[in-house]
Amino acid sequence: MARILDALRDIRPEQDFAASINWIDDGLLDSFDIMMLVSALDKAYGISIAGTDIVPENFKSLEVIGALLRKHGAEP
Amino acid sequence: MKFTFRGKRVAGMLTVLPSNERTFLEDMKAFDFPEAKSMKLKTVMGFDRHRLATPETCVSDLSVFGIRYLIDRGVLQAESIDALVLVTQSPDYLMPATSNIIQGRLGLKNDVFCLDINQGCAGFLVGLMQAFLLLEQESIRQVVVINADVLSHRVSPKDKNSYPLAGDAACITIVERSADGEMIHANLKMDGSRHEALMIPAGGFRLPSTVETAELRDVGDNNWRALDHLTMNGTAVFNFVQTEVPPMIESLLRDAGLSSGDIDYFMFHQPNRFMLEKLADRMGIAHERMPNNVVEHFGNGSGATIPTNVTFNLGAQLRDQSLRLCFAGFGVGLTWASMVMNVGPLAVCDTIDYTSEGVAA
Repeated sequence: MARILDALRDIRPEQDFAASINWIDDGLLDSFDIMMLVSALDKAYGISIAGTDIVPENFKSLEVIGALLRKHGAEP
Repeated sequence: MKFTFRGKRVAGMLTVLPSNERTFLEDMKAFDFPEAKSMKLKTVMGFDRHRLATPETCVSDLSVFGIRYLIDRGVLQAESIDALVLVTQSPDYLMPATSNIIQGRLGLKNDVFCLDINQGCAGFLVGLMQAFLLLEQESIRQVVVINADVLSHRVSPKDKNSYPLAGDAACITIVERSADGEMIHANLKMDGSRHEALMIPAGGFRLPSTVETAELRDVGDNNWRALDHLTMNGTAVFNFVQTEVPPMIESLLRDAGLSSGDIDYFMFHQPNRFMLEKLADRMGIAHERMPNNVVEHFGNGSGATIPTNVTFNLGAQLRDQSLRLCFAGFGVGLTWASMVMNVGPLAVCDTIDYTSEGVAA
């Protein structure tokens, strides 16, 4: 999970991700943040997250992103 | 909806780009957005520079310039043009049709079929399909398809979701009958129930432009735009493309009896690099076989993007040889379409600059 948090801090350093349980509803990530996060995670884990999985609900929390990475064969 | 055509060919292609270029670094200054974040956006989306028509340059200016270029070089004969099919979302006027204006400015014969089609990102394929259908008529032997837009005039410079990818262009494709019996396969789908994902809300008869519709509003995510401006639901459009395009291409290739390996290049519409790379990954296609550099160099010219992709990336090859190309366009409407056909050798496959003085660079 450390690499996910590193990527998040790099994209939105001003946000306190630990203080929210739904980063989308609480406005911590917007659509461009998600694309940048996907690009960073693809590189960090050597995968290509499927375009059909790039929907806001798959990026609402650390646990959900972890599950998405596992779906693509990566261990977060 | 599936289509097959026989005995038709593309004889030549030309892209006309406004010479006015703006860089993403210049765009950034207008955004209410941290510079470091803008630079990340630049890398991931492939934004770098784009061509924007000056405010006084309209679709007919770019189109007439391109057709004159072809006539002057003997690639086109004015008297041989039997139909002008203009695909645009930014006509010179609400009426008359801009294709009529182009015909008049060029002094073409009166025996010509002029048609404007309001289509965008899939407009190259819609235009080709219309040209092929017209060529079924005995009296029509040559059709000039024009994909042209100056939509940057209707994109807010304070909208970082849309402005960096805006680009203006006119592409001219000469379509003729062919003696060879090669089958061209195509398909087309539309879903008007999702039309709000990509639209210009004001300026038509439903919501005429007023002082109020011209007023910039805070639309969230640090973006400002007016109802007169193009608006795009990026998440909805992205998911539409990722969901609908791969099965469309699978179906097209299956109908044509081809596999992915039989295609030389996948020449797709290019909203941004990220979207194209994700499509290529999903379809198992090497990124080199699906060029994604048009937005980076010129911006997204809507219906002009696919032919710009062809003239810019394959121009040298197509002047000398034939390539089997798979085209796909997807966007406003919503509309998505694809076509597989052999293209080349072409009499012309060039990318030139427009200048108001009428001299092509």
